[in-house]
Amino acid sequence: MTSASLPPALELRGIDKRFGAVHANRALSFAVAPGTIHGVIGENGAGKSTLMNIIYGFHRADSGEIRVHGRPVEIGSPQDAIAAGIGMVHQHFMLVGNFTVLENIVLGVEGGARLAGGMAKARAGLEQLARDYGLEVPLDTVVSELPVGLQQRVEILKALHRGADLLILDEPTAVLTPQEADQLFKMLGRLRAQGKTVILVTHKLREIMAVTDRVTVMRQGAIVAEVATQSTSSRELAEKMVGRAVLLQVEKGPAHPGATLLTVRDLEVRDRLGVPRVKGVSFTLQAGEIVGLAGVAGNGQSELMEALAGIRAPSRGEIVLGERDLVREGLDSLERRHLGLAHVPEDRLRMGVVTGFSAQDNAILGYHDLPVYQRGALLNRAAILGGCEQKMAAYDVRPPNPNLRISAFSGGNQQKLVLAREIDSDPRVLLVGQPTRGVDIGAIEFIHKKLVALRDAGKALLLVSVELDEILGLADRILVMNAGEIVGEVARADATEEKLGLMMAGVKGEGRA
Amino acid sequence: MSVRAKLPRWAELGLLPAINLIAALLLSGAIIKLIGESPWAALKLMADGAFGSQESIGYTFYYATNFIFTGLAVAVAYHAGLFNIGAEGQAYIGGLGTGLVCLWLGAWPFWAVLPLAILAGALFGAAWAFIPAWLQARRGSHIVITTIMFNFIASALMTWLLVNVLIRPGQQSPESREFAPNAFMPGLHTLLGKIGIPFTSTPLNLAFLLALAAAALVWVLLWRTHWGYALRVAGQNPAAAVYAGILPPRVTLWAMLLSGALAGSLGLNELMGSQHRILLDFPGGAGFVGIAVALMGRNHPVGIFLAAVLFGALVQGGSQLSFDMPHVNRDMVVVIQGLVILFCGALENVFRVPLTRILTRKELGR
Repeated sequence: MTSASLPPALELRGIDKRFGAVHANRALSFAVAPGTIHGVIGENGAGKSTLMNIIYGFHRADSGEIRVHGRPVEIGSPQDAIAAGIGMVHQHFMLVGNFTVLENIVLGVEGGARLAGGMAKARAGLEQLARDYGLEVPLDTVVSELPVGLQQRVEILKALHRGADLLILDEPTAVLTPQEADQLFKMLGRLRAQGKTVILVTHKLREIMAVTDRVTVMRQGAIVAEVATQSTSSRELAEKMVGRAVLLQVEKGPAHPGATLLTVRDLEVRDRLGVPRVKGVSFTLQAGEIVGLAGVAGNGQSELMEALAGIRAPSRGEIVLGERDLVREGLDSLERRHLGLAHVPEDRLRMGVVTGFSAQDNAILGYHDLPVYQRGALLNRAAILGGCEQKMAAYDVRPPNPNLRISAFSGGNQQKLVLAREIDSDPRVLLVGQPTRGVDIGAIEFIHKKLVALRDAGKALLLVSVELDEILGLADRILVMNAGEIVGEVARADATEEKLGLMMAGVKGEGRA
Repeated sequence: MSVRAKLPRWAELGLLPAINLIAALLLSGAIIKLIGESPWAALKLMADGAFGSQESIGYTFYYATNFIFTGLAVAVAYHAGLFNIGAEGQAYIGGLGTGLVCLWLGAWPFWAVLPLAILAGALFGAAWAFIPAWLQARRGSHIVITTIMFNFIASALMTWLLVNVLIRPGQQSPESREFAPNAFMPGLHTLLGKIGIPFTSTPLNLAFLLALAAAALVWVLLWRTHWGYALRVAGQNPAAAVYAGILPPRVTLWAMLLSGALAGSLGLNELMGSQHRILLDFPGGAGFVGIAVALMGRNHPVGIFLAAVLFGALVQGGSQLSFDMPHVNRDMVVVIQGLVILFCGALENVFRVPLTRILTRKELGR
């Protein structure tokens, strides 16, 4: 598979990069053989993205050399990278939603002042590409109407159309169903067969094991291992990523569901344009269980969670917590918190914290009007500080400095503080969105243990995650959402990845539909 | 991993503004040199004009009082994520409220007039800010646009009132009759005199102390109450505010009411303290200087006080300069003030980036 005689498709020699006090890349050197799929794996903050941004010309390395097919190249901008035959597919697609596929692909390489000629040429070229690599995409469809998997295909075609010989994919499966991910991997295999080189950046061990030829493991800005994929295992890679042995499985006993704490009946949520995002959903949460809400991102899970938390008003239906109908009484998120409905939001930085505030000020967000934090008309700063110190100690938030700005903490430590805030309020029901998004493996283990402990303390948890592994690891019962509906309910014991994947893709399962 | 290194606090609050100020003064010096005067002599004249005597100090702090009120007004709105360009109009209308109380109740004893005058100024200013705030909170009209327009409306309204309604009968210039002496804000020299400290008679008056009290009040409200906490959350992250059960439109209303009330207090200093009547355009641009003051003072009451004194000194020292240096006229002084605003506000990142690099590198070396 590798052609040892040829110079590497990409070689990095001593790439070093600092951002102020942060040493993001420490003298990195590695080579990618042509015609291979090379995995780069590491925790968030390990320096993967910085490295890829250097290769693609978004950042310039402080020192070091990049060679493409043995030739040293200067990459100061994405244009230079494209000229050197490097293409990148970003985690967040760089597509214009209301342009057609063809228009998106020629954007920036229209080939002259008049569109018509360039478009015709591009169309012919793309049809050839699609045939060669099995990358069929309807060229005249508006991009926003395509499913996510096809949008990603457009991104890949865009890079190939610009003459990319080396493709970098940054966390490509974050938005895909397992089946779509499998298709992507097949496609990458075809690209490899045709002699293209692929760098796959991910934090998912499963993907590395499934498709790569070699894998580079990064930790804290440095390369800690580079191995042939065949000669390693998930466990070994995980240990190298974290620097110690980790539990990949969540340890938990059987659930003992008790009384019903939350009942949702026929809930409909519409977006700002009046389009229903959640279409008449009904379910219950029992004390002492974790219910997982599986689904591809964007199928109504976020809107459902926000409606439950009181952030978004539903257009129809009931949310009953204990005896109270939260919808009819029109309770906002603060009042729902007082009734024991806590919420860890999916998008921590957008909603869960105020990045300009210190840790201690973030530790009272949503609880800032509680009597315990007041002294007469004023805030009780001593109580706020003490509360934060105690949360930091109990949840191992590092560094344990309540005065530090929250943005100075790593994603995992921010998330631990958010969890501490919500769990310490002693809720009856906890809504948890993406509890481990942007969180390193070490902290994931800790967060999972805390969630299971909360379940065992007789609370009800509703867990939304796009990581199917996380749902399978934590949930006692799994609801699957597709296009705003709950398409099925599966007990954990009956759930497999394939089954859930099919349901996530819209194939109705057994149980309630 | 694009973590932006941050400046240490002492450099952020002390060193950086100092460097910006020095750069502005250097450039001003070059311009003064260019028109044939000595920059050094000009600087001495300005400093002397602003701080050289009790009289100049009195004037400097008298001007600074206006800037403290408007600077606080801009800062409170800023913390709620709002850019209040309308402090000028709010000060104008607020002054009307203060002035009306002084005109009508001038026969009452001062200690009865004062609270009513404060209240009226705050209420009128708040009311003038409330309309743009309501339009933004409920109808989505952008507050930058509406507050600018409300400056013009305030100006037109006040011109009409002064020309047609409030004008003293039998007089040409559009201004009200003088307040009764009971409604004069006592000068600081009289207050100091009472406790045995001699001070020259200047327009500096009790309103200066009220401005300091307002600065302290703003600090307590914003950083020591859950009301201020909610305001700052809504200003920095509206999505997090909604998550926390804080309603951003409500914060917009309350923040603008407080902002307008602070701007509306300018009449206490300008009208009750110095002019003793309502007259055309008495805010004199203090509402706009307040934006620069808030910006330079990092929207913190202490910083606002320091920046307000600086701008007060520029006004007072500048008029001394144009008086004593034949080649430097009023417009030249405005240029110098403009340079200070430019360097301390608009161009502050020019020095921030290299300074951050130098300081963080030093820390790494340790």
